[in-house]
Amino acid sequence: MAEVRTLDYDVLIIGAGGAGLRAAIEASSAGVRVGVVCKSLLGKAHTVMAEGGMAAAIGNVDDRDNWRVHFADTMRGGQYLNNPRMAELHAKEAPEVVKQLEAWGALFDRTKDGKILQRNFGGHKYPRLAHVGDRTGLEMIRTLQDHGIHQGIDFHMECTVTKLLKSAGSISGAFGYFRERGQFVLFRSKAVVLATGGVGKAYAITSNSWEYTGDGHALAYHAGADLIDMEFIQFHPTGMVWPPSVRGILVTEGVRGEGGVLTNSEGRRFMFDDIPELYRNQTATDPEEGWRYVTGDKNANRPPELLTRDHVARCIVREVKEGRGSPHGGVFLDISWIKSKLPNAEDHIKKKLPSMYHQFKELADVDITKEAMEVGPTCHYIMGGIRVNAETQMSTVPGLFAAGECAAGLHGANRLGGNSLSDLLVFGRRAGHAAAEYAGSHSPGAIDQAEVDAEAAKALKPFDGGDENPFQVQKSLQSMMQSLVGIVRTESEMQEAVVGLGELWQRYAKVGADGNREFNPGWHTALDLANQLTCSEAIARSALVRKESRGGHFRIDFEGKDPEQAKVNTVIRQAADGSMTVSQEPLVPMTDEQRQIIDEMK
Amino acid sequence: MPTATFKIWRGQGGVGAFEEHEAEVSEGMVVLDAVLQIQASEANDLAVRWNCKAGKCGSCSAEVNGKPRLMCMTRCSDIDLTEPVTVEPMKAFPQIKDLVTDVSYNYEAKLRVKPFNPRPPDNEDGTWTVYQEDIDRGQEFRKCIECFLCQNVCHVLREHQKFDEFIGPRVLIHSAYLAMHPLDVEDRTRDLKEDQGIGYCNITKCCTAVCPESIKITDNGIIPLKERVADGFYDPVAKLFRRLVGKSR
Ligand SMILES: Cc1cc2nc3c(=O)[nH]c(=O)nc-3n(C[C@H](O)[C@H](O)[C@H](O)COP(=O)(O)OP(=O)(O)OC[C@H]3O[C@@H](n4cnc5c(N)ncnc54)[C@H](O)[C@@H]3O)c2cc1C
Ligand code: SF4
Ligand code: SF4
Ligand code: FES
Repeated sequence: MAEVRTLDYDVLIIGAGGAGLRAAIEASSAGVRVGVVCKSLLGKAHTVMAEGGMAAAIGNVDDRDNWRVHFADTMRGGQYLNNPRMAELHAKEAPEVVKQLEAWGALFDRTKDGKILQRNFGGHKYPRLAHVGDRTGLEMIRTLQDHGIHQGIDFHMECTVTKLLKSAGSISGAFGYFRERGQFVLFRSKAVVLATGGVGKAYAITSNSWEYTGDGHALAYHAGADLIDMEFIQFHPTGMVWPPSVRGILVTEGVRGEGGVLTNSEGRRFMFDDIPELYRNQTATDPEEGWRYVTGDKNANRPPELLTRDHVARCIVREVKEGRGSPHGGVFLDISWIKSKLPNAEDHIKKKLPSMYHQFKELADVDITKEAMEVGPTCHYIMGGIRVNAETQMSTVPGLFAAGECAAGLHGANRLGGNSLSDLLVFGRRAGHAAAEYAGSHSPGAIDQAEVDAEAAKALKPFDGGDENPFQVQKSLQSMMQSLVGIVRTESEMQEAVVGLGELWQRYAKVGADGNREFNPGWHTALDLANQLTCSEAIARSALVRKESRGGHFRIDFEGKDPEQAKVNTVIRQAADGSMTVSQEPLVPMTDEQRQIIDEMK
Repeated sequence: MPTATFKIWRGQGGVGAFEEHEAEVSEGMVVLDAVLQIQASEANDLAVRWNCKAGKCGSCSAEVNGKPRLMCMTRCSDIDLTEPVTVEPMKAFPQIKDLVTDVSYNYEAKLRVKPFNPRPPDNEDGTWTVYQEDIDRGQEFRKCIECFLCQNVCHVLREHQKFDEFIGPRVLIHSAYLAMHPLDVEDRTRDLKEDQGIGYCNITKCCTAVCPESIKITDNGIIPLKERVADGFYDPVAKLFRRLVGKSR
């Protein structure tokens, strides 16, 4: 029997990004024992990388903004597949939770009259993103971290959970290992909150780090929870394309929010050529109007560069495919042109986009105050994930909650920029609150020792001398998903991917780890791989059943939207025999009031 | 593709040796790419921390050719590849394995700093009125990505091991952010001197020199704090005055 350390909590939170930290703070304020685990060190989760800002209808810059507009924008951006109740709660509560960060020490950029400054972003009607230059995520995670460490929460850094445990149908704990020494740990907990982020490491070109292996999605799935909308992956239109070693690293949408324009090799602002019907009324008709919008003219409409991400990404793919791309297979994103409009443009750019300036200067030898950047789409975010109740964030498994990127519902078929950071705060808080309440009214569940032993044995299997290199299997998965289930999809390729996944599962069964259990990335990657394969399969199977194009899911064999498909979510569930099933189920219906708001804002 | 030799420190708990590996060097590549390439091909168990690969998370700190750096921001084209490139863990902290060190001291040191304590909100909706010029300095300190390179080079920690007495430059600028926060009402002077050991800093500025975020740790953070400590302890009038008018720098 393997040696296992045991720890007891009322609420165990898996993940220390914005969602996990916010949930932990809320749960501990309810007086319960809270433990947080994360795969990296504290403060290094994906949230730290977020750049542009967090969306909240505070109305500091344009007082016409309010929750109703934010709600309608979010639903329109999500092409109405969103859970409308989540979109409503998010729009209503975001201002409060964003302002709360200030009470915990956050230093947001300010308006002239001393309020939180807000910036423009794609799909948001008014300037709505509270921000700190282009390092908003850093400010957010540091604020939550520095507040959280004084709240009596236990933090277990560099600890990875590999399995959720249940007793009589409800959550009773989680099993994992400490990365540093490789020892196993059993958490006995009345409630568990998953806040594990996304799946983007399943793709070759991605803005996501090694951590994004879809662990939370896979843990929940194996615990019997439903996943929904897994076909909806967001490819952010602007990732770096050159040099090769930085391919995929994000270029914030804030560049376009500050006036950056997209051009092709002919110097044409191609985004003006293709403006979707849904947005025609809200889009500028010429470059001059676009510039007036970004500089705060309330009568101007936004430039087409600020259309939703799914659309901008596809336009870029088209330009490249039709031979009008930049030298390294992207298009040009230019902010330096604002020199012709602003006297102190260079300083302005450095002040507003300091880390972009730094990133291009250091990594690509490009001075963005003087020349255009080369950009192209990069895998960025998953809209799909664990199906949750809008009020409590509880999954379909009692005692299992989910918040942040690993949960689904708020964003529908496409997420608006800035809506993730506010999502983390709104639903992290709700999940923490509900999990503490659940823990207060339930007694600890039993732990099945045989199950723990089996999981420990499984975790050690890579040391049995398998001959597949885990990093190479991961690489094969990434290039396959990139080419077969990427931005542009079609039936035959996705079928090929499903077959390919079967082969990768077989290779996975033979992965081996060298060396010992102490801080061994090869071993860790071998264990993460199973989650990546599970999520990739869920993505491919979901994408196959949605025979239409909508938001982040685009099929050349079904180019238009299908009104029937507008009524359903795709649901992934594990069958009793362990196989993956996919079905379609009706959306959460809108209330009359919600429908009315949407009609008003058309 | 051209190749280069990387001598990577391998070992556990301080016992180990350099191991030589070849890596292919492509245009624009950074040292972290080489390390990950070696890990993915011939040294799967090579321990290294990284996350963002863009200088934003502060995970990948190491010493490249003896210089404390973020590996993800160190371009191969900026170093001499005709000689083997050495890559070692930070030296001020206990080694765990290969390039990974035990940085828990830095997290514990931060706990010695009292949390943010704001004055009551200025406005009815629970917000405050704060102008950009009041937070410019604080925002500089908030750029810190907690890479701990400054802690690694500070001689008070690295050579003199004053981990119990001194919180180090990173945590001092955390203190500075709080002390200069326009809303914070906590009196932090005594703590700076007694619990945080600001007196140990003798302004060598080695910390500022390695900061990847170009934070002027010494000039803008530590020196003004030292002045406050001096004022606060030796000039009770100045201290009282500051209390009365608030603490806006
Ligand atoms: C470069 C970049 C820029 C972005 N910019 C913006 C922006 O400007 N605005 C915006 O709204 N959104 C932005 N996003 C999206 C947003 O940052 C993320 O969606 C969000 O931060 C996710 O937060 P989270 O709390 O859900 O998860 P994360 O912050 O990713 O945290 C996940 C946590 O779970 C832990 N974890 C995962 N698996 C396990 C396991 N098995 N065991 C234990 N712990 C585990 C991880 O270690 C980590 O601590 C950006 C994303 C990227 C990558
Ligand atoms: S200036 Fe002070 S804190 Fe910085 S390295 Fe020198 S002694 Fe250490
Ligand atoms: S102050 Fe600079 S060197 Fe020190 S931890 Fe922060 S970013 Fe790193
Ligand atoms: S990997 Fe994030 S700073 Fe280097």
